[in-house]
Amino acid sequence: MWLIDSSIGRKVVMSVTGAALILFLTFHMAMNCAALFSAEAYNAICEFLGANWYALVGTAGLAVLMVLHFVFAFWLTIQNRKARGNVRYAVSERPKSVEWASQNMLVLGIIVFVGLLVHFANFWSKMQLQELMDTQAIVNGVAVAPTDGAALIEYTFSQWYFVLIYTVWLAALWFHLSHGFWSMFQTIGWSGSKWQRRWQVIGNIYVTLVILGFLSVVYFYFFKSLC
Amino acid sequence: MEKNISFKLKIWRQRGPKEKGQFKVYEMKDIPTDTSFLEMLDILNEQLINAGEEPVVFDHDCREGICGMCSLYINGHPHGPATGATTCQLYMRRFKDGDTITVEPWRSAGFPVIRDLMVDRRAYDKIMQAGGYVSINTGGVPDANAIPISKEKADLAMDAASCIGCGACVAACKNGSAMLFVSAKVSQLALLPQGQVEAARRAKAMLSKMDELGFGNCTNTRACEAECPKCISISNIARLNREFIAAKLSD
Repeated sequence: MWLIDSSIGRKVVMSVTGAALILFLTFHMAMNCAALFSAEAYNAICEFLGANWYALVGTAGLAVLMVLHFVFAFWLTIQNRKARGNVRYAVSERPKSVEWASQNMLVLGIIVFVGLLVHFANFWSKMQLQELMDTQAIVNGVAVAPTDGAALIEYTFSQWYFVLIYTVWLAALWFHLSHGFWSMFQTIGWSGSKWQRRWQVIGNIYVTLVILGFLSVVYFYFFKSLC
Repeated sequence: MEKNISFKLKIWRQRGPKEKGQFKVYEMKDIPTDTSFLEMLDILNEQLINAGEEPVVFDHDCREGICGMCSLYINGHPHGPATGATTCQLYMRRFKDGDTITVEPWRSAGFPVIRDLMVDRRAYDKIMQAGGYVSINTGGVPDANAIPISKEKADLAMDAASCIGCGACVAACKNGSAMLFVSAKVSQLALLPQGQVEAARRAKAMLSKMDELGFGNCTNTRACEAECPKCISISNIARLNREFIAAKLSD
């Protein structure tokens, strides 16, 4: 199977799973933005998804994509370190045209994953998981309905340390995606001397918009809690 | 303007492929800045020989930037601080009086050190033998104007063909990947009708040879194109990816 046996094949797996995860992030961000306008609208989305079969299928699909992206990332990194040989350079300098993010994708990915665990504890464990177990989470001494996402947002981002953690998390994600976006087109071969630059610019704009979308909800609720 | 500089050379010394190497520091005095880097190493070796020591082993041949023999990882860059130039095209005017210049061999599992600064780059020859050619199965040479080729294609093929196979891409890559080399060698033929006949087979054979020889996976950091003495573009890597994926999908 060439997707496993060849270096380009393994990279194609990274590229395609990465593309799917970026699409997911885009939808997630769009849904979050509903919370900027109306808590009811956001809760309606939570109810629509919840633990319904299609949401569960989607979650399982995402989990598979994540695991593939992860397993291949570690596999590729181990192979790449081995290919580098046993002796490291005593002096090495990063050329100007090399992005910092491109050489630290694994580290950034691990930060994103750790952030994801925090995110699961904050939301998923109190929403879809509760609905599956047919229970309700106790937040701040009060029982919260599994579909009352707006209340969880309000509670989570009224705490400054979560605002800080989410900011660091999203910043790491921005760096990860700023390289990942154009890189996935390069890997599947949809690139060239013109398109490489174009994808890089399109990617930077696109990724910045997605991350700003996420951040806007975090800070909107943080400042709301201060008022 | 010529002047003389003195500096320290920190050079990797290793007696053989299996032996442990280490850095040795040599003081260089009053070297004219018009000296090329390799001439400077010649001066060092002459001093070492006169002092009864073993000279430093390093690769070199044409000394005009086309043979691809010289290597050397100088101050953190393959072929040193100059861009678009090989080590033999590097002059001492790039350095300052009192500098410490660190000289290392290419470090990659695919290019094991033979001795001192000389590495075994035969892996590249093996990749070429796997498919980096055009098979000629019939008689005479066709007329030059029998197969029209657009100027744009011809230019791109020539740009790819300017790869001298020095290995700087592998040396620069944090993954020890040979993708820039392989992609240039695939592109120079895939762009032309004469090479397209065997394009699919070539891409598959050369890539699998590259993987087999222990080179890493490309992660698009672009360090290779930044350090390449011939400024080969990573658009060639995109072309190789395209050729390879298309070949595999049509299998």
